[in-house]
Amino acid sequence: MTYLIDRRLQGKNKSAINRERFLRRYKSQIKDAVGRAIKGRSITDIENGEKVSIPVKDVNEPHFGHAHGGVWETVNPGNKEYQKGDQFNRPKGGGGAGRGKAGNSDQTTEDDFIFELSREEFMNYFFEDLELPNMVKTQLTQTTEFKNQRAGYNMSGTPSNIHVLRSLRGALGRRIAVGGNSRRALIRAERELVELLEEGVALDAPRVVELKHLIHHLHTKLIAIPFIDPFDLRYSNRIKVPKPMTQAVMFCIMDVSGSMDESRKDTAKRFFILLYLFLKRAYDKIDVVFIRHHTAAAEVDEDEFFHSRESGGTVVSSALNLLQKIIGERYASGEWNSYVAQASDGDNWDNDSVLCKQLLINTIMPTVQYYTYVEITDGPPQNLWEQYAEVGDHHQNFAMQKIVTPADIYPVFRELFKKQPK
Amino acid sequence: MPRDPNNPRALPEQSEWTFDLIEHAHEEIRRVARKFGLDTYPNQLEIITAEQMMDAYTSVGMPVSYNHWSFGKHFLSTEKSYKRGQMGLAYEIVINSNPCIAYLMEENSLTMQALVIAHAAYGHNSFFKGNYLFRTWTDADAIVDYMVFAKNYIAECEQRYGIDAVELLLDSCHALSNYGVDRYKRPAKLSMAQENARQKEREEYAQSQVNALWRTVPRRDEEAADAPPPRFPPEPEENLLYFIEKYAPLLEPWQREMVRITRKISQYFYPQRQTQVMNEGWATFWHYTILQELYKEGIVGDGFMMEFLQSHTNVVYQPSATSPHYNGINPYALGFAMMSDIRRICEDPTEEDRDWFPDMAGSDWRTTLDFAMRNFKDESFIAQYLSPKLIRDFHFFAVLDDDRNDKLTISAIHDERGYRYVRQQLAEQYNLGNREPNIQVWQVNTRDDRALTLRHTQFQRRPLNQQAQEVLKHVARLWGFDVRLETVDPTGNVSSSIECKREKRNRGG
Repeated sequence: MTYLIDRRLQGKNKSAINRERFLRRYKSQIKDAVGRAIKGRSITDIENGEKVSIPVKDVNEPHFGHAHGGVWETVNPGNKEYQKGDQFNRPKGGGGAGRGKAGNSDQTTEDDFIFELSREEFMNYFFEDLELPNMVKTQLTQTTEFKNQRAGYNMSGTPSNIHVLRSLRGALGRRIAVGGNSRRALIRAERELVELLEEGVALDAPRVVELKHLIHHLHTKLIAIPFIDPFDLRYSNRIKVPKPMTQAVMFCIMDVSGSMDESRKDTAKRFFILLYLFLKRAYDKIDVVFIRHHTAAAEVDEDEFFHSRESGGTVVSSALNLLQKIIGERYASGEWNSYVAQASDGDNWDNDSVLCKQLLINTIMPTVQYYTYVEITDGPPQNLWEQYAEVGDHHQNFAMQKIVTPADIYPVFRELFKKQPK
Repeated sequence: MPRDPNNPRALPEQSEWTFDLIEHAHEEIRRVARKFGLDTYPNQLEIITAEQMMDAYTSVGMPVSYNHWSFGKHFLSTEKSYKRGQMGLAYEIVINSNPCIAYLMEENSLTMQALVIAHAAYGHNSFFKGNYLFRTWTDADAIVDYMVFAKNYIAECEQRYGIDAVELLLDSCHALSNYGVDRYKRPAKLSMAQENARQKEREEYAQSQVNALWRTVPRRDEEAADAPPPRFPPEPEENLLYFIEKYAPLLEPWQREMVRITRKISQYFYPQRQTQVMNEGWATFWHYTILQELYKEGIVGDGFMMEFLQSHTNVVYQPSATSPHYNGINPYALGFAMMSDIRRICEDPTEEDRDWFPDMAGSDWRTTLDFAMRNFKDESFIAQYLSPKLIRDFHFFAVLDDDRNDKLTISAIHDERGYRYVRQQLAEQYNLGNREPNIQVWQVNTRDDRALTLRHTQFQRRPLNQQAQEVLKHVARLWGFDVRLETVDPTGNVSSSIECKREKRNRGG
C-alpha cells in the first residue's frame, strides 16, 4: 500500500518558532547590528532587512572531539605519485593529503555566522529602542494601507452583505416578467366572465364553467411563482482600494556646531528616521531636504548632513530663513504638505532666539503641517527652549521635547500621530 | 533499449510531473524492486515545497520535533546558502519510520522524482528494514509517536518552568548527545503508550533511587566509618546521559525526563551514523539498478536516462585528495562502488577475486548483497568487502601523521603489499569508537563533595579539542557539582586533567 500525499499547502513555516528562538537568544548581538545599520543607512532606506553577523564561536554548540595531534593514519583516494615509505612535509593550514575528515571538529573556520533579518524583524528591533506603543508599531510596519470601498453589487457573497432593496427589486421584476402572460390571460378571462355574467348567462353555462376553471388555473400558476428566488439575491460588493496618498516634503534641520557630537547626531538621526516612517504611511511621495547650520545655514545632501564636521557658534535663525526660502521657492503650499524636524543641543546666540520665535509664529508655522523640535541635551533649558515654548502656545501643530535617550523621541510624535487620519 | 512507444506502461517523455505520473512511475519502480526481492516498509510519499524541505532539514528530517534555537540556527544557515544559490537542496529526505516517509520536492522533474522514489522509498527503506543495527536500535513503528510525545512533553515543560530553563537544559543535553548512546547494551523498545504510562512511575522511582544514593542520615556505628565507601559506579559507564538521568543528585523529575528524551533521540540516530557508506551505497546502487532495468524494459527513454545519469554521476563523484574540492571520501561514491563491485564479483569474478572472495565468486549476487546489507556496519563492511580492484580504482593510499615526526609518511599504497593494510586502515577510519574520544564516567565521590570524575582514554595519543572545557561546563550544569575530566594514557596513568568547579550559588541554574 502506498500513499501519495500533497503536503505543499500545509505547515509552511514550521521552523518559524525555532528561528524566533534563535533571534531571542542572540538579541543583544542583533540589536548591536541593527544599531550599526541605522548609523550606516540613509533615512529613506530604513525599511529593508539587514544582514546580521555573529562570531561563529558565539553560536557554536560544543562537543567532545579530537584535536589535531597524536597519531592519525588516514586513507585517501587519488594517489598519483606516492610509493610506500615516501615522506613529505606536513601541509599547512589543513586540507590536502595529510588530513582525513575524521573527527577534526576543532578546525572550525573563523568566519562569522551571517543571516538575514527580514524587514519586519529589522523594524521591530529599531522600534524597540524607541519604545513605541504597539499600535503604532503595527501601523508603521504595515506595507500599504487599503480602505474598503463599495463597488456596486454582486451575484454572490456572504449573507451579511445581502442588499435587501436590490434583491427585492430584482424579485419584483422577475415576478412581473415571469408572470406576464398568465396575468394578461387572467385579466382577459376575468373580463370575459364579468361580461358574460352581465349579459345574464346562466352560472352553469359551459363557457362560464370553462372560464372559472381557467381563472382558477391561472391564479394557481401566478401564486406558484416564488416571491424570492436565489437568483434575485444581490450582495453589496466591497473592494479594497489603496488609500489615496499625496506628496509631502520633510525638512531635517540640524545644528552641526562643535557641541553636537557623534552620539547626539545618532540620536538626531533616529528622530529623523521616525518622522520619515510616519510620513511614509501617509504620503505617496516624500522629498527630504537637509538643512544644516552653525552660524550660517546650507542645504546639503544626506551624507554631508550626518558626517561632515563643523564648528563655531550657532545662529538658528539662519536655518529658519533658509527653510522659509526653500518652501517659498520649491514647495509652495497647496500641493505639498510640509513637515519640519529640527534637532539641536539648545545652544543659540541670545538675541537670535527671539528672532526665531517670531519667524516661526509669523511666517513658518502657517505654511507647514507640523513642526517638531528636539533638544538633545541633559543640561538645563536655554533661551531657545524658552522662546520655542511660546511658539507652542500659539500653534497646535508644534511639538517640542528634550531628549536624552532615543526612548524620549516618541512623545514628540504622539500629537502628530493622533492627528493622522486612520 | 530506448523507450518503446507501443508499450502501454511506458512513461511519457516529459519533465513535468503530475500526481498520476508519479503514481505510475512508482508502480513501475515497485514492480521492479519486488522482482529484485527488496523487502520494504510501506511507503508514504509526500510532495513538499523547497521551503518545507528546509524545515525538514532543520528538524534533522523528523516530521515533528521539539523547539530549540539550534534548529533555528541550522535553518538560517540553510536558508542563506540556498537563497544565494551556493547550495542546492538535497533531492530527498527519508525517515526511518513505518510507513517509511519520503519527501519529494515539487521543483524536481519527473525523472528526479523517479530517482528519489527508487533511491529513498526502495533503497533506504529496505536498508532501514533489513540492517541489523536499525533492527536492534530503532523502532520504526514508534518513532513518530515518540517524537510527538517528546515535543508535547518539552512544550509543556516550557509552559511550566519557562523557556529559558528548558533551553539551558537542552543545550547541555545536546552537547553530550554523542555520549547518550549505549554502544554495547541492547536497548528496550519504546512506544508512546508505554512511555506515557511508565513515565510517571519512572519519575518517582528514579527520584527515590537518587535519594537512597545520597542519603545523609547517619548510619549505624557498626558500619565502620573508616572503611572505604563502595566504589560508585562499580563499573565505568559509557552512556553519560544515561548516568546523569539516573544519578544526578539535583535534577528535577522533569529534567530527568528531558535528558532521557535527548538520549533516546540520539540513540535513534546512532545507527545512521554508523552506516553512512553502506546506507547511501545501497540506496544509490538500487536507484541505479532499478532505473537501468526500467530502461531495458523500454519504460523510460533516452532523455530520461541522460538526465538521470547526469545527476547520478554528480552524486558518485570522488575528487582526488590533491583536488581543491577534496573533502574526504564521498560515502555515495565508495558505497556505490562497493555494492556494484560485490555484484561484479558474484557475476563475473576474476582470478584475483576468486582468491580473495572464494565464497562470493560465482554465487547469486542478490543473496550475497542482501546478506552484506543485513549483517554489517561501515567498519565491518569495508573490512570484509573492499576488493583489491576497488583499492586500485580509487588509488587509495594511507598516510601516517605522527606528531613526533616532522614529516608525514606514506604507509601503504594500492599495491600487492598494501591491499590488506589499506583496507584495515580504511575500516578503522569508519569506526565511530575511534573517531570520537572515548570518555566514560569513572567515579563519583559519594561521601564528600559529590564531584563527578570522567575519564578520557586516549586513542593514538590524540588530544581533546578546545571545546572540551565548554562541554565540561554543560556536564557540571547537569550534574550540579564539580566535574573533572582526566585524560589517561595507554599505560593507565592520568596524564592531564581539566576541571569545572561549580559555585554553590550557581546551583540549580
